[in-house]
Amino acid sequence: MDMVQSDERSILTRAGLDALIGTLAARGYRVVGPKLRDQAIIYDDIAGVGDLPAGWTDEQDGGHYRLEQRDDNALFGYAVGPHSWKKYLHPPRLQLWSAKREETGFSISHEPETIPPFAFIGVRACEIQAIAIQDRVFLEGPHVDPHYQVRRAGAFIVAVNCGKAGGTCFCVSMGTGPCAKSGFDIALTELLPGTSEPIYVAEAGSEKGAEILSSLPGRAAQPAEIEAAEAVVTHTAAAMGRSLETAGIRDLLMSNLNHPRWDDVAERCLACANCTMVCPTCFCTSVEDASDLSGEEASRSRRWDSCFTMDFSFIHGGSVRASTKSRYRQWMTHKLATWIDQFDTSGCVGCGRCITWCPVGIDLTEEARAIRDAPAQEAKP
Amino acid sequence: MALAADPMAPIAARVARVRRELKDVWTIDIEVGSGGFPFAPGQFNMLYSFGVGEAAISISGDPARPNTLVHTVRAVGKVSGALTRLKPGEFVGLRGPFGAGWPIDVAVGSDVVLVAGGLGLAPLRPALYRLLATRENYGRIVLLCGARSPRDILFRIELERWRRRLDIDIEVTVDHAAPDWRGNVGVVTTLIGRAAFDRHHTVAMVCGPEIMMRFAASELVNAGVSDEAIYLSMERNMKCAIGHCGHCQFGGDFICKDGPVLTYRHLRDRLARSEI
Repeated sequence: MDMVQSDERSILTRAGLDALIGTLAARGYRVVGPKLRDQAIIYDDIAGVGDLPAGWTDEQDGGHYRLEQRDDNALFGYAVGPHSWKKYLHPPRLQLWSAKREETGFSISHEPETIPPFAFIGVRACEIQAIAIQDRVFLEGPHVDPHYQVRRAGAFIVAVNCGKAGGTCFCVSMGTGPCAKSGFDIALTELLPGTSEPIYVAEAGSEKGAEILSSLPGRAAQPAEIEAAEAVVTHTAAAMGRSLETAGIRDLLMSNLNHPRWDDVAERCLACANCTMVCPTCFCTSVEDASDLSGEEASRSRRWDSCFTMDFSFIHGGSVRASTKSRYRQWMTHKLATWIDQFDTSGCVGCGRCITWCPVGIDLTEEARAIRDAPAQEAKP
Repeated sequence: MALAADPMAPIAARVARVRRELKDVWTIDIEVGSGGFPFAPGQFNMLYSFGVGEAAISISGDPARPNTLVHTVRAVGKVSGALTRLKPGEFVGLRGPFGAGWPIDVAVGSDVVLVAGGLGLAPLRPALYRLLATRENYGRIVLLCGARSPRDILFRIELERWRRRLDIDIEVTVDHAAPDWRGNVGVVTTLIGRAAFDRHHTVAMVCGPEIMMRFAASELVNAGVSDEAIYLSMERNMKCAIGHCGHCQFGGDFICKDGPVLTYRHLRDRLARSEI
């Protein structure tokens, strides 16, 4: 096979993809990708193409997720599952430091974190945007989170343009997908030519990506294959499971903070926090201090927290947001409205996870639509 | 790649003095060494009790004396309780200073009205020190303090000392008192209408329970002060103080970094609603 030319689209076969995973592992990356586990497609360490969920797809709807067998060997023929890359870049639990009591106070030590750089395989366009949003939260404010920074800096991103729209997907509405435009090292589009094995139209998005791509066994893509790849994302874009009208949504929601719909959704919401756990942009954490029994050693950890818990807003005297109604309103208005004030971007990427993994199937696109269809129009804060 | 400096790691600082102010309120002096610990009036620190936890505490000392950091703490929970039980010579963890402080510079050339409810006087005291240190820069200075009872008047000795000055008006009121109290009785907002200041050229700084701040701000507006010239110091749950943990969100702000001091114009619509 010829070596791939760096600045054009190239074609990788399944073997080429396996070589990509092997090359990344050989270069010291911890390679992570989609895998089948617990009847879902989740993200975990992968050793090769054989670990990918070949021939599987998912059926998603509000409060509904089922795996199904495809009639082909597609490696990426499904939408996003319950995991997101945030579990690697912003781990659910993380010890920040440990400390020892000393004569002159205490000394703090940071565990020497030996974190090999991550290589993420199969990052969807909406997920690239989710990472870009968390970059703003953790890297672009007045304080940088060194734990996120060290994980993010070395990450190698292999994007996959979506060949299937999930039942709860609405990336087209959010302008985040289904085709990755930037923020990747290599982007792949899976082509499923009839009964033969899938092939991958590959595109480099960085020098590092181009260099690695050029080292893989492959060939230059034919114009027809490039066209076919474009048709894949066009087709996906036309098949979105959901949509969300975003025009003026910040002002719409902020001028409807007393809308009766919040009472309505509070009747259904269990305040279980699933939506915040599966959301690829939700970043809230709690900080926990601990000590050993002697009181000589202490540590500080942080763990994912959720604005749906009662404790989240606790100040002496009680919780600021005591009702489920206020907590759902906080989550949704933050995601779709005040996030824009804070980070100059929506906090929603249209991945649909919060809809799929809500145990009662609450759909934020539907909640937003209900308010848009019958706005109360209060004064805007 | 090596880990960069961790904004979540406190430094150890020696407790110099702990004194009881009220039944459940203590003031803790912390030595921060020759390097000092410059802060702006209205800013806060995260104080860490070793192995117990961390709490956001306003700085209540004089910004002109940055070698001693002063915090006034009400023992309401596990961490604040542990902080108030510290002994001189023991160590406390310190991160900060954080947040936007009082509009000391904005107020130059104006009258200044400080309205404090209960422990709200603590974060206002550094502002008062600064205003008095540069007294010539301001018009009238008015301090209105509310407390639950005469026994709950914070910094009472200092208030009495300041009150002897001829260039500051100080009024104190209590919610309820025994018959031997000859001072004002009533909520602090009632003092606003009676205070003398130039409503067109006044900057107001308000700190206390949220409901008190809401009524005080509304009374100041009634008195003719622009909502833009009224500043409130907000309180919310804080876990990180660096804008990463999300706990202190209030509308489009994180109180830790966008506040705690914000204008009433900015806050008023949100304050009028519950559970934001």
